[in-house]
Amino acid sequence: MAFWIIQTLNGLSFSMMLFLVAAGFTLIFGLMKIINIAHGSFYLLSAYIGLTVLRATDNFLLATIVSSVAVILVGIAMQSLFLRRFYMKELQQVLLTFGFVLIIADLCLWIWGGNPMALPKPSLLRGSIWIGNVVFPSYRLFVILVGVVIAVGLWIFQEKTKFGAIVRAGVDDEEMLRGSGINIQMVFVGVFGLGALLAGIGGMIGGPFVGVFPGVDVSMLLLALVVVIIGGVGSLKGAFVGSLFVGLVDNFGKALFPELSLFTLFAPMAIILAIRPTGIFGKIEE
Amino acid sequence: MKALELKALSKNFGGLRAIRDISLEIEEGERRAIIGPNGAGKTTLFHLISGFLFPSSGRLSLFGGEMTHLQAHQRAALGMARTFQVTNLFQKLTLFENILLGVQAIKGTRFCFYRRVTSFRDVVYETERLLKEWNLWGKKDALLKNLSYGEQRQIEVIMALATKPRLLLLDEPTAGLSPAETILVTSIIKGLPHEITTLLIEHDMDVAFNIAERITVLHFGSILAEGSPEQIKGNAKVTEIYLG
Amino acid sequence: MKVEEILKRSFLLPFLFAVLIVFFPFIFSNYYVGLVIQIFIMAIFAMSLDILVGHTGLPSMGHAAYYGVAGYAAGFLFLAGVKNFWLAIVLGMGLGGLAAAFFGLLALRARGPYFMLITLALSQVLWGIAFKWRSLTRGDDGLPGIGRPEIGLGMNLKPDLYFYYFTFALFLIAFAALFILLNSPFGYTLRGIRESESRMEALGYPVWLYKYTGFIFAGIFAGISGVLWVYYSGFVNPSYFGIDLSVKALLMLILGGSGSLFGPFIGAGIVVLLENLVSGLTERWSLVLGIVYVTVIMLFSEGIFSVFKRGRN
Repeated sequence: MAFWIIQTLNGLSFSMMLFLVAAGFTLIFGLMKIINIAHGSFYLLSAYIGLTVLRATDNFLLATIVSSVAVILVGIAMQSLFLRRFYMKELQQVLLTFGFVLIIADLCLWIWGGNPMALPKPSLLRGSIWIGNVVFPSYRLFVILVGVVIAVGLWIFQEKTKFGAIVRAGVDDEEMLRGSGINIQMVFVGVFGLGALLAGIGGMIGGPFVGVFPGVDVSMLLLALVVVIIGGVGSLKGAFVGSLFVGLVDNFGKALFPELSLFTLFAPMAIILAIRPTGIFGKIEE
Repeated sequence: MKALELKALSKNFGGLRAIRDISLEIEEGERRAIIGPNGAGKTTLFHLISGFLFPSSGRLSLFGGEMTHLQAHQRAALGMARTFQVTNLFQKLTLFENILLGVQAIKGTRFCFYRRVTSFRDVVYETERLLKEWNLWGKKDALLKNLSYGEQRQIEVIMALATKPRLLLLDEPTAGLSPAETILVTSIIKGLPHEITTLLIEHDMDVAFNIAERITVLHFGSILAEGSPEQIKGNAKVTEIYLG
Repeated sequence: MKVEEILKRSFLLPFLFAVLIVFFPFIFSNYYVGLVIQIFIMAIFAMSLDILVGHTGLPSMGHAAYYGVAGYAAGFLFLAGVKNFWLAIVLGMGLGGLAAAFFGLLALRARGPYFMLITLALSQVLWGIAFKWRSLTRGDDGLPGIGRPEIGLGMNLKPDLYFYYFTFALFLIAFAALFILLNSPFGYTLRGIRESESRMEALGYPVWLYKYTGFIFAGIFAGISGVLWVYYSGFVNPSYFGIDLSVKALLMLILGGSGSLFGPFIGAGIVVLLENLVSGLTERWSLVLGIVYVTVIMLFSEGIFSVFKRGRN
């Protein structure tokens, strides 16, 4: 019984971290149709920078702020200096973002080396909490909390703010957005920056338990892809539900049959693609 | 036999009723024009007939056979061909390749992947014949995008004819053409063999009255009037919707 | 222009090329012979992708999936004691085609960017499976120790020189097969689909069926290159499914020109030479390669050679 509770909580915390990464990815793809292969690189970069700041100051909040700013800047640069020239040219965008993956990954390898590392937890959260008769690390609970808070925040942003309405409209019908006179470049840059920020926070949050190492960028991308396909493109709700599903399945998969854990993700993804190609909450394209 | 029958055809886009309960019959060999002001639903109707849109309700039949749930390419295989209002040809292929694809469409050999196209003499010969018949042989190696707009409109029609259709749908064939080109295309259409049932959408009333034996007037997705060119010309309601 | 036309019309250029290839190993060292082997194999891979990208207009992103499936199959076969090349290549082609048949069913329900997303995700999942299923694939360590296969006729492929000529012969066969395929009615239809799907539907072509068949052909040819690379390199690992490989093939098409038959070969040549050159110069070759990607796209987004080529062979 305890096993199941622990695994579920583990899965949930992983899901929430994954949600941060996937939400950014789905917003970027939903609005701009960009497959940001470098999305996992935001996680990577943010975790490494956060690690360095943490080692220097042991201040988790500061580390998060610094790494977030760094990642936002990189994201904004990527979009406004490079990607914007290839609007609607998906192949070129893919090669560009892939180029960035190589650049960022190699720079990180050069600076921080190839050994896997884990970020130290914030000092307040290094203990554990009793839940019933189960002991659970408080940090993981914190992750779940952060995920839910940010999910709610994003929901408010999307449903209740003007910018959110613009993004929703753009995901639904891009041409309409173009014709509406709103400065679409600012919207794109803003969303790309937001996506990068979310992935970066995911990196900081995930750093203590997933760790950071060369290759985590590709792993995160893979999971984000699966989440978005299952949950539906461009939908925050889909990213949330998809992350819950993928996080729990992946976690239980790893715990129960570690070697075949990708299969347990692959099957649902294939089924969703077969039955409802746009994902659970995705929009149907004419 | 009726070439085309539409029974209580409707098409809704969300709350918008683009086509409302249209029933229409076209005899084999007939020349019919569909006219109406902008937004009347003419092109939507064409998409419904050719299978690029499916109706919200109602039925269609082609030469007596039920067609409502057939896909576009299946309807084409039954003898329907269409042109598009916005020129829809293979821009980066040569004129020869364009026509060849049209000719090849009705041949069983179109799926062959182990012999070169040039080894199918019948397809090549038919393509040559069509190009020479329409005086375009000299331009056979030109990339389609390098041909003039007027030539491309003409090729739209030739492409549709290459599949030897029994029912031909022409969507504003003279759109954007100069007066001289309009006369040319009009005479091409009038010169078509009478075995081919021809249905055309036209914005240019003179062209429509010139070509068609019968006219259907569309307004806000319904049929306002139907009759011979004289009857339509004299119909007060029709004049009103164009002037009002 | 005139010289180019003369060269194109006669067999002069292909003949010169063949002569160059035949005598190459006598002029250059074994290292360069190995490079040319790599170019031939990658050219087949790029050509197979071009069926989809250049000729059908389908931006397939996970092409390494079919390469990897065939590669692992050949690897397993060899380590199980089956060293017959012909068996392996048929199996590799079959599995590549099968994987494509399965993935195509799923991916072809979507268009454009979403199609790309799905193809990418599918191949990445295969990568993940190869990575995690250690008891079968030995995960990231991969399966080493794969030697040269036996092709019968008493010929030995162990020396790189013989493998070089063998790969060249296979390249020629694959090239000829693709030449016929792409110049067949089927090939013409694919290009029509690339230009305008709606026009093709209106003409009566069952467009989805053509796209699907093309997808399977692409998988089959990709399988050939996967099998060849296993025998050349001596090992197989999850990188066979990697995004880098899928994206690298796209780069080859952009650099060499897609939609033509020679373009992918030229692109493969450029990329293979570039990679080997750079990795010989610096440890940070991945960084340099990334910069190259970005620079190439920013400067030559329409393709370096598309200015000179006409997009048909």
